[in-house]
Amino acid sequence: MAQKIAVIDYGMGNLRSVSKAVEHVAGDAEVRVTDDPSYIAAADRVVFPGQGAARDCMAAIGEHHLNQAVLRAARTKPFLGICMGLQVLMQRSEENDGTALLGLFAGEVRRFDGLAMGDNGLPLKIPHMGWSQVQQQLSHPLWADIPDRSRFYFVHSYRVVPEDVSLIAATTDYGVRFTAAIARDNLFATQFHPEKSADVGLQLLSNFVNWSI
Amino acid sequence: MGLAKRIIPCLDVDAGRVVKGVRFVDIRDAGDPVEVARRYNEEGADEITFLDITATAHERETIAHVVEQVASQVFIPLTVGGGIRKAGDVLRMLNAGADKVAINSAAVFNPEFVKEVTDRFGSQCIVVAIDAKRVDDHWEIFTHGGRKPTGIDAVAWARKMADYGAGEILLTSMDRDGTKSGFDNHLNRAVAEAVPVPLIASGGVGKLQHLVDGVQVGGADAVLAASIFHFAEYSIGQAKQYMADHGIEVRL
Repeated sequence: MAQKIAVIDYGMGNLRSVSKAVEHVAGDAEVRVTDDPSYIAAADRVVFPGQGAARDCMAAIGEHHLNQAVLRAARTKPFLGICMGLQVLMQRSEENDGTALLGLFAGEVRRFDGLAMGDNGLPLKIPHMGWSQVQQQLSHPLWADIPDRSRFYFVHSYRVVPEDVSLIAATTDYGVRFTAAIARDNLFATQFHPEKSADVGLQLLSNFVNWSI
Repeated sequence: MGLAKRIIPCLDVDAGRVVKGVRFVDIRDAGDPVEVARRYNEEGADEITFLDITATAHERETIAHVVEQVASQVFIPLTVGGGIRKAGDVLRMLNAGADKVAINSAAVFNPEFVKEVTDRFGSQCIVVAIDAKRVDDHWEIFTHGGRKPTGIDAVAWARKMADYGAGEILLTSMDRDGTKSGFDNHLNRAVAEAVPVPLIASGGVGKLQHLVDGVQVGGADAVLAASIFHFAEYSIGQAKQYMADHGIEVRL
């Protein structure tokens, strides 16, 4: 039977590009953009994207009654967080004068600040927007066939700082070295957007779709 | 090792078709936005921008279909500009698969519109496009394709738009646009120094050195060009290699 992949929709951002990219690599899988907790519970895999401000994202997750569905999926089945879908897994964000997050992992979300100068003699711009190299910090099935230091597409002004550094699956440099991806058991989450990262991004999504825990 | 400077080809789309020539001789239909976008993606474009130049509201609907088709096959960031006047226009483009929407005249007529849409959709998807022309010792913004002066100072305007939440500034020199004589890098530098968000330089690219100058002299984070990728023999790959050879970090 074709596997079911849920792309969690809590009304934050454009999910079309995520679902299209997953469909592109998922063969005959059923890919559904959904806010239905029962579909998420029944899905074989879950993608948890998100864009926008931390407070709005948390409010939207609450309004859609998705807190428990997200946490349960994140503990039990292949789970891919993207961008805000990584950040909200932490405990707390500096954004919006301090926002409590889902708290699956100990750690904070901090704004880029006190940045170094760029090579054009100007301060580095925020948001960090564009293609940066991702240094793989551990071997993982989701890195299969992706050369170390491949460039992925980022758009963000905040970065995660997990307390447990063994979570860190990749780092990227932007004024400061920050966590570009985390991995633990059945969960993988990226600050960058694989769905917008051309071939290497599609490879990562393909690895996720084929990941057996 | 840092952030790559981006190269962004821009396609003019009229009633759902790419207008102006494209150099690819071996694609079935050079007017098909999907084919052209796919080819630019294969060449290593970092993003693609569609500028909807359709005159009528009825035909404008077709740009959403274009975005939809491209977004289901090309997995790099897509920006759409041209005729974005209401939050509903932004929503329609995002739902079709655009990652960013460029707002130009509507921001000039009603700056609060930029606040409204960045609050609602996030700064990351709102680009404010500015058409600037030199007037005496400074630059002013113009609307209606550069025909109508506004008296607004371009550098101050860029700063205001960043304050209002714009995630990026797309800056076109009306003096240089179409001249192939290179960017106005005094203008680029002035804006790059004035705003904390990324700057996309546009207008005047005629050769590859102009792209290098836009970054190294103008301070741009990204360079947008249309005709050199459409008509001349330059590919995006050649442009990137040229920039890399001149010490600019690019995604190769």
